[in-house]
Amino acid sequence: MADLTANTLDATRAHYMALTRQRRLYGGIMLLVFVLLLASGFGIANDRNAGGFLPGLPHIFDFPADVVAEAWQKRANLPGHLRDAIPALIETINIAAVATLTGACGAIVLSLLSTHGLAPWPRLIPLFRRVMDLMRAIPEIVIALVLIFVLGGGPVPAAIAIAFHTVGALGKLFSEVNENADQKPLEGLASVGATWPQRMMLGLVPQVAPNWFSYALLRFEINIRASAILGFVGAGGIGYELKNAISWGQGKFDEAAAVFILLFLTIVVFDQMSSMVRNRLTHGSMKPGPLKGAAQ
Amino acid sequence: MSFAANTPVDMHARAKALIARKRRLAFALPLVALAYFVYIFFAFDLAGLAGRMRWDNAVTLVSDTYSYKTHVERNNRTGEIEVAVEGERKGTYDVTNYPTWVRLGEDVTAITLDDGGTIEIAGDVVRYDVPGFGVIEATQSRAEGVTINLDPAALPDWISYSNTRLMVTTDAARLSLTKARTEVFVYEFGWELFWFTLESPYYAHSISDILFGARIDPSRSNLTGAWQDFWNNAIWRHGDTAWALFETVLMAFLGTFGAAIIALPLAFLAARNFAPLVAIRMAARRLFDFLRGVDGLIWTILLSRAFGPGPLTGALAILFTDTGSFGKLFSEALENVDEKQIEGVASTGAKPLQRYRFGVIPQIVPVLLSQVLYFLESNTRSATIIGAITGGGIGLLLTQAMITQKDWEEVSYYIVLVVLLVMAMDSFSSWLRRKLIKGD
Repeated sequence: MADLTANTLDATRAHYMALTRQRRLYGGIMLLVFVLLLASGFGIANDRNAGGFLPGLPHIFDFPADVVAEAWQKRANLPGHLRDAIPALIETINIAAVATLTGACGAIVLSLLSTHGLAPWPRLIPLFRRVMDLMRAIPEIVIALVLIFVLGGGPVPAAIAIAFHTVGALGKLFSEVNENADQKPLEGLASVGATWPQRMMLGLVPQVAPNWFSYALLRFEINIRASAILGFVGAGGIGYELKNAISWGQGKFDEAAAVFILLFLTIVVFDQMSSMVRNRLTHGSMKPGPLKGAAQ
Repeated sequence: MSFAANTPVDMHARAKALIARKRRLAFALPLVALAYFVYIFFAFDLAGLAGRMRWDNAVTLVSDTYSYKTHVERNNRTGEIEVAVEGERKGTYDVTNYPTWVRLGEDVTAITLDDGGTIEIAGDVVRYDVPGFGVIEATQSRAEGVTINLDPAALPDWISYSNTRLMVTTDAARLSLTKARTEVFVYEFGWELFWFTLESPYYAHSISDILFGARIDPSRSNLTGAWQDFWNNAIWRHGDTAWALFETVLMAFLGTFGAAIIALPLAFLAARNFAPLVAIRMAARRLFDFLRGVDGLIWTILLSRAFGPGPLTGALAILFTDTGSFGKLFSEALENVDEKQIEGVASTGAKPLQRYRFGVIPQIVPVLLSQVLYFLESNTRSATIIGAITGGGIGLLLTQAMITQKDWEEVSYYIVLVVLLVMAMDSFSSWLRRKLIKGD
């Protein structure tokens, strides 16, 4: 490279600048297309909505104001309403807890069956993965509504629906955790003649249990929200109370306010608790995986 | 830390204690879980579930998903006979195109069933010849109600009979006779009229007929005509369904990306290394907590009161909740950026805005994009649920079809579409993620 003359340098620079300009142009076009998509999307959504965005905007605080006004007017009833809504709240939390527990158990089994190096039948790994994909893809509300039709309303359809979805969602995360586990303890156990359950129980679980637990906690938090929503479509719990209380013209907005408060507090408390526990669990060893974990 | 203090005996004792504790935990955890399930067994009243269960509903649901029934109905007051798919007005046959298994005679309507049985409706008399059983003959009259030729005391359990009503249920058909009407339901495999309704000229033509055959409807070319009739099918409403799917995706798209755009600048205010004032940081973080804490359900309810039902309400509900989630995630990502690159950019004399643009954004874009795309997929599912509550998209069609409790084949159609949609969004978002983050 003796003749690094000004000429070749200029040529290189020109080439670089051209490339940069082209890149910027493409980036700009992409951005423009994206903004256009977003704007026209809002336009279409606005047209197909019953009430438009601009006419509705001034009324956005009407309903909250009504609720607050009525709750304030009947504030003496509020402690009573809060107390009355507690059993429904407990039911909602129970639905989420049962679904998370059973779902996590199913997810553990499925994730072991679909991780390379751990699966007892490696050929069936793609099958089990597809099963998890399918379980993840079906929205809870679909299963819940079908089960409500067959089993009648109540907490059981909601719990089954959420658990079904949880198996798929946690199974994927668990199998990602399993893939990072150290194979050496498993090989050691295999060399002394341990069976497959023994190898998993003694070689794998101690390695991955904290991460499993952390993901399960995050899922629990998501499931509480899901269980409240399913209550709204008839599966019992606090969502159902809310649906009954917010209908217009029944004068029950004070009850609605109580339910809003309880639901908000519950979600915030569980959110904070789970992130505290997860931080402590993973402190130092790894960052909590907000990427995949937070997505529902 | 002085290792001299830790004598071997001491360490041995500590190790033993630790193992003992772990062993106790290993036994206690399953026990606690078991106790909890026992509590749930009573709290959810699982014992009473069997009593509340509606097996007949389950059977209807499953059989409707792969088969449909055609009603042959005689109004016993007027004597009129009607043949209709699922008893729907939109699926009513007229005299010219009766299915081949129905023969309309002068005064006898004869139905031939798949298993060789026959049903004849002759005025007020119904004769059902069940293979391997014999003829059931029933008569209805205003004076005596329903009478049959069999001994009412010795009927098999698939025949239910009272003075006002006769019900015969076999694998091939169901017959019901009351004073008001004689009804025969014939089950057939498949989804009825999925492609074309009965009034369409393309009904009962094969694909090759439509593609290569002679022009069926003189006013339109076969392909356009068939497409129009399929798209506007009055029973399955394919066009509306496609719109609903699009609305659901639209809600997820607008909600996710709108939230990301709003959350990004706010996240700078909540990140320790970018927000100079503790007060601003705390305010931004509490705002995110609030947006997330007021769940999507509550946002949906509040917003639908202001904007009415529709996709915009759903999109805004997703946007509000996810602004909170993204704000938290983005500010965590911002707190983890490498200061060296910012210093490097600053050393070239870059202004603060340029420092953000060239020092910070390139570092966080892959992380943010991957988070946003994960949310896009999961929000497609949320949009289905929110649509069911606020009234928009495929969620609305699904709940409507379920609430009427009769068109279960449509419910299964929508379920299949929803699952395909979510899986497609899943593959799309992971493809885009690979392309954008690893591609360049």
